[in-house]
Amino acid sequence: MSTMKKVPEADVMTDNKSGVAPESKIEKTRSKSGHERRVNTAVYVVLIVMSVVWLTPFVFLVCQSFRSFLNEGGGMVPYVIPQKGFSLDNYKALFIKGFTAKKYLVNDLTLQEFFDTLDGDETLARDNAEAAALLRSAAEGRDPAKDTISSVMSAVQKDESVGQDKRDAASAFMRTVFSAARNQRFENDFRQDFNGRFIPWWTKTFVIGACFSLAVVALCILLKRLNENSDQLYRFRLLIMLGILIAAYLCYVLTIKQQMGYAPAAAGDYVQLGIIFLLFALFSLLAVNSFLKREGKLLQQIPGYPPETAWDKIKKAPVLFLEFLAMFVVMTCALIPTENSDYVGWYGNTLTIALFTAVIQTVIVLSVSYALSRLRFKGRKLIMNVVLVLGLFPGFLSMITLYFLLKSLGMTGPGAVPGLILIYCASSGMGYYISKGFFDTIPKSLDESARIDGATRFQVFLKIIMPLAKPIVIYTVLMAFMGPWGDYVFASYVAFGNVPTYNVAVGLYQWVNVADYQGYFTLFCAGGVLVAVPITALFLALQKYYVEGVTGGAVKG
Amino acid sequence: MTDLDYLKLSKPKKLLYRMGAFFKAIPKKTGHFFANLGKKILRFFKGIGAWFAEVFSTFRDGDWKTRLSYLIMGFGSIARGQWGRGVLFLLFQTVFNVYMFFPDASKSGCFYLAKLSTLGTVETQKINRRTVYGDNSFFILLYGVLTLFFIAAFIYTWYQNIRQNRISEQILKSGHKLKTTKEDVTSLMDEQFHKTLLALPTLGVTVFTILPIIFMILVAFTNFDATHQPPGKLFTWVGWDNFRQLLSTDTESYGGTFRQVLLWTLIWAFFATFLNYFLGMMVAIMINKKGIKLKKVWRTILVMTIAIPQFVSLLYVSKMFAQDGLINAYLMKWGWIQSPIPFWTDPMWARFTVILINVWIGIPYLMLIATGILMNIPADLYESARIDGANAFQMYQKITLPYMLFVTGPYLLTSFTGNINNFNVIFLLSGGKPLSMELSGNAGYTDLLITWLYKMTVNDTNYKLAAVIGILVFVVLAVINLITYNLIPSVKNEEDFQ
Repeated sequence: MSTMKKVPEADVMTDNKSGVAPESKIEKTRSKSGHERRVNTAVYVVLIVMSVVWLTPFVFLVCQSFRSFLNEGGGMVPYVIPQKGFSLDNYKALFIKGFTAKKYLVNDLTLQEFFDTLDGDETLARDNAEAAALLRSAAEGRDPAKDTISSVMSAVQKDESVGQDKRDAASAFMRTVFSAARNQRFENDFRQDFNGRFIPWWTKTFVIGACFSLAVVALCILLKRLNENSDQLYRFRLLIMLGILIAAYLCYVLTIKQQMGYAPAAAGDYVQLGIIFLLFALFSLLAVNSFLKREGKLLQQIPGYPPETAWDKIKKAPVLFLEFLAMFVVMTCALIPTENSDYVGWYGNTLTIALFTAVIQTVIVLSVSYALSRLRFKGRKLIMNVVLVLGLFPGFLSMITLYFLLKSLGMTGPGAVPGLILIYCASSGMGYYISKGFFDTIPKSLDESARIDGATRFQVFLKIIMPLAKPIVIYTVLMAFMGPWGDYVFASYVAFGNVPTYNVAVGLYQWVNVADYQGYFTLFCAGGVLVAVPITALFLALQKYYVEGVTGGAVKG
Repeated sequence: MTDLDYLKLSKPKKLLYRMGAFFKAIPKKTGHFFANLGKKILRFFKGIGAWFAEVFSTFRDGDWKTRLSYLIMGFGSIARGQWGRGVLFLLFQTVFNVYMFFPDASKSGCFYLAKLSTLGTVETQKINRRTVYGDNSFFILLYGVLTLFFIAAFIYTWYQNIRQNRISEQILKSGHKLKTTKEDVTSLMDEQFHKTLLALPTLGVTVFTILPIIFMILVAFTNFDATHQPPGKLFTWVGWDNFRQLLSTDTESYGGTFRQVLLWTLIWAFFATFLNYFLGMMVAIMINKKGIKLKKVWRTILVMTIAIPQFVSLLYVSKMFAQDGLINAYLMKWGWIQSPIPFWTDPMWARFTVILINVWIGIPYLMLIATGILMNIPADLYESARIDGANAFQMYQKITLPYMLFVTGPYLLTSFTGNINNFNVIFLLSGGKPLSMELSGNAGYTDLLITWLYKMTVNDTNYKLAAVIGILVFVVLAVINLITYNLIPSVKNEEDFQ
C-alpha cells in the first residue's frame, strides 16, 4: 500500500521541478482522455446492446406468462407479438387439478350450459337483452341438455324474418357468452381447487408447524428456568420433544389428510412424514441446544454481566421461532402432496430431489475429494485414472442399464423420485475435480500440526479442513441443488409416462412439445417463471462462490 | 533440431514443429508401448505365479485355523479374537454363496454365468394362448456381468482373508498383540480413513457407472435392437457386425450418416468452444476496462443465462426462432422480410442458429472465468509495454492472449470435449432437426453424436448401434485428449507458468 501511495507524489514532484513539462503533460492527458472517452462510449454502447440481447428473451418470457391463455379466443395463439393486457390466468391454471387446456377451449355449449352462464352473469344479459331474447325464443322447444347453441344459431341465421343486423348481433353475443363461459368455468375450477384444497392444506400445516415450534420454544425456556443442570435437562427435553413430535405427526396424518378429502393415510404417508418430522426434530434440537447453551454460557462468562432473566430468554424466542418456522416451511414444501395439480406435484418432486441430492452429493463429493487430495494410500492414482477414463464415456450410454437396475429396485415410474436421487448421487463421486483443487490449496502444515496434537484424521477433516472449505462447500451444494432442476433426460426416462412423478423440466417440456403446444405455451411461460425466480435468486445470491469454483476449476483443469 | 533452434522459431512454427514431432514419435511410441506391454504381461504372469505361491505356502506353513479359513472365510480371524473382521468375511462369503447357488435355479448367479456365452437359447412361446417365457437375454447379459464382478470381488476378498491369516500369525509369533475390533473401528476414522470416505462412492460408481458401461460395451457386439427385444425375443452375439455397419464406406446406410454427424459434431465443438472463448474474453476485457462503471450490473445481466435453468431459457428461445415465432413475427411486421426465415427447417440456417444461440449461453461462462484470470495478470507487464509504446491491440496480442491461452489451456480442452457431448443445447433448441431422408437412423442435420445416441436409445430402441456410437464417442474424445495432452504444456505440468 505504501509504495502505491508514493508513486503519484513522486510524479507531482517531478512535474513541479521541470517548469515546461506540466503543460505538455496536461495536453497529452487531455487528448488521451478524449480518446479514452470515445473508447469508453463505444464499450458502453456494446454493453448496452448486449444487455438488451441478453435480457430480451426473459422479458418476453415474463410478458407472455401474464397473457391469459383463455382470452386469445378459440384459436389461442399466444405465440405472436405480446400485446397489452395483464392476467394471472396462467399462474392460476398451474394450481388446477387435472388441468387440460381443452377443457376451457369452449367452442360450443349445450343450451343448458349456455343459459346457465347467461344467468350467472347479470350485466351480460342486461347489455344484450335483445340478442338474448332472440336466442331464448329460438331455443324454445329444444332439449336443453342435448342440443347445442350452435345448432340453434344456425337456425337463427337461416331465419329470414329476423333482420341481418340482429342476426349478426346474436352471433357476436354468442361468442361473448362463450368467452364468459370459459372464464366462469375456469374461475370456478380454480376457486374450488385453490381455496378448497390448497389453502386449507397450506394454512393448517402452517398453523400446526407454528404451534409446534412455539411449544418447543416455550418448553425449553421453562425447563431452562427450572433446572440449571443442562445435561439432565437435555435428556428430559429430548423425551418431551419426541412425545410432541409423535403427537403432531399422528395428528397430521390422521386428521388433516382426511379432512382434505384425500384417501385415508397409507403406510407410505407414515414413513414419509416420519422422516420429515425426524429431520425437523433434529434441526430444532440442534438449533435450540446450540443457541441456548452457547449464548447463555458466553454471556455468563463476562464479568459483571447481569444474570439472564426470563425476559431475556423470551426476547430470544422470536428468533428461534422464525428459525423453526422457516425450517418447517421448507420441509413441508418437500411434502406437497401429489394429489394436487400436476404442476405443483412436479415442483414438489423436483424440490424433494434437489434437497436430498444437495445434501447427499455434497457429502460424497467432499469426502472423495478430501481423500484424493489429502490422504495418501495405495490405489489413489489408479482411482483417479479410472475416473478420468470413465468420464470420457457419454453419460446416456448407460441409460437403459440404469433404467433396468432401478426397475429391479422398484424405483421407476411411480417410484421415480427416490430413483432419480439414487442416480444423481451414485456417480457423483466422479465430479471431484474442483473441490480437490480447492483442498490442494489448503496448506498441509495445518493437518500436520493437528495430527501432532493428537487429532485423528476424521477430526482433522471435520474440525480443521471443513471450516476452511466453506466456499467450496457452498459451491458444491449450489451445483448439486441446481442440477436436478434442469435434468430432462434421465428424469423423463426413469419416470416414463408416469405424469405425477415427472420433474418440472419433463413436465414443461411436454407442454411445449405436445401437438397443440400453442394451448400450453403461456402456461409453460408461467411455469418457467415460477421455476426460474427462486433458482435465479439463489444463484445470484451465491454468485461469488460460483465464480470462485468455476475459475478455480478452469485454471487447474 | 537443438533447443536453441527451437526457441528461435515463431509461435505457429513452434506449434507446427511440436505437432510434427508428435506424429513422428507415434511409431516409436507404439514400439515402446508394445515393448512395455510385453514386459507388463510378463510381470502380470509373474505376479499371478507369486500369488499362487503365497496362497500355497500360507496353507503349508499355517496352523489349523489358517487352513480352515481356506474353506470358511474369516474363521481364522474369529478364532484369533478379531471377530469384527471375521464376521465381515463370513458375511461376504454367505452372500456370495446365496447369490451363486440361489435355490431358484433360474435366478442364481451360476445360471446367468452358464448362459452368458449364448445369451439364452429358450425362446418365449405361446402355448394354448398362454405365454411361456423363455430366457431373457437382457437379464442374462446384465446379471452375467454382475456375476463376473461378484466373482472377481470374491477372489480378491478370499485372498485378503488368507493374507490376513498369514499376517496375524506373523504378528502373534513376534509376540505382539492383534488389533481388537474396537481398534479396527477407530482406525477407520484415522489410519484407514480413506476407506471410510471412499467405500460408498466406490460402490456407487461401480454399480451405476462401471457396470452399465461394461454392459453397453458388450451390447455393441450383440444384435439387441427393436426386432430382438426381450422378453419376447432373444438376442445374441454378432461380433464386429455393428461396427462394420456404422463404419462402412457406402453413403447410403448408417455409414454415410455417421460420417456426416461426426463431421458436424466436430465443427460444432470447434465453433462452440473457440467462438465463445474469444467473444467471452473480449466481453470480460470490456467490462474490466478502467473507467467503465456499473461493472457488477453488466456482469449480473450476462450471468442471467447461467442462473436461469436451461430448459426454460433454451426452450423459450427455440420457440422464439420458430417459423411462427416472435423473431419472424417482428421482422415481418417491420417489413424487413417477406416470408419467415427457416431457422429450424433449413439445414444451414439451423446450424447457424444453434451456434449463435450457444454464444448467448456460453459467453457468460467465459466472461466469469476470464475476469478472474485477467485480474491475475501482473500489471507491470502492461506498464512496461505502455512505456515501450505498444498500443492496446498489441498488448492484447502479446500479453493478454498468451497468458489466457496458457492458463486456460486445460479449460479449452475440457470445454471442447464438453461441447462434443453438449446434449442440452442441441436437444432443447432444435432436437436435431431438420430431419432428412438422406440420413438414416432418424438423424437430422444438427444432430450431434450424443443426441443421435439418445434418439437411437429412446425413439428407435436400436441399442446395438447406440452402444457402438457411445464407444466411438469415447474413441474420439480419447484421441483428442491424448493429442492435446501432448501439445499443451500447461496440461502436463501445472507449475510451469508460476
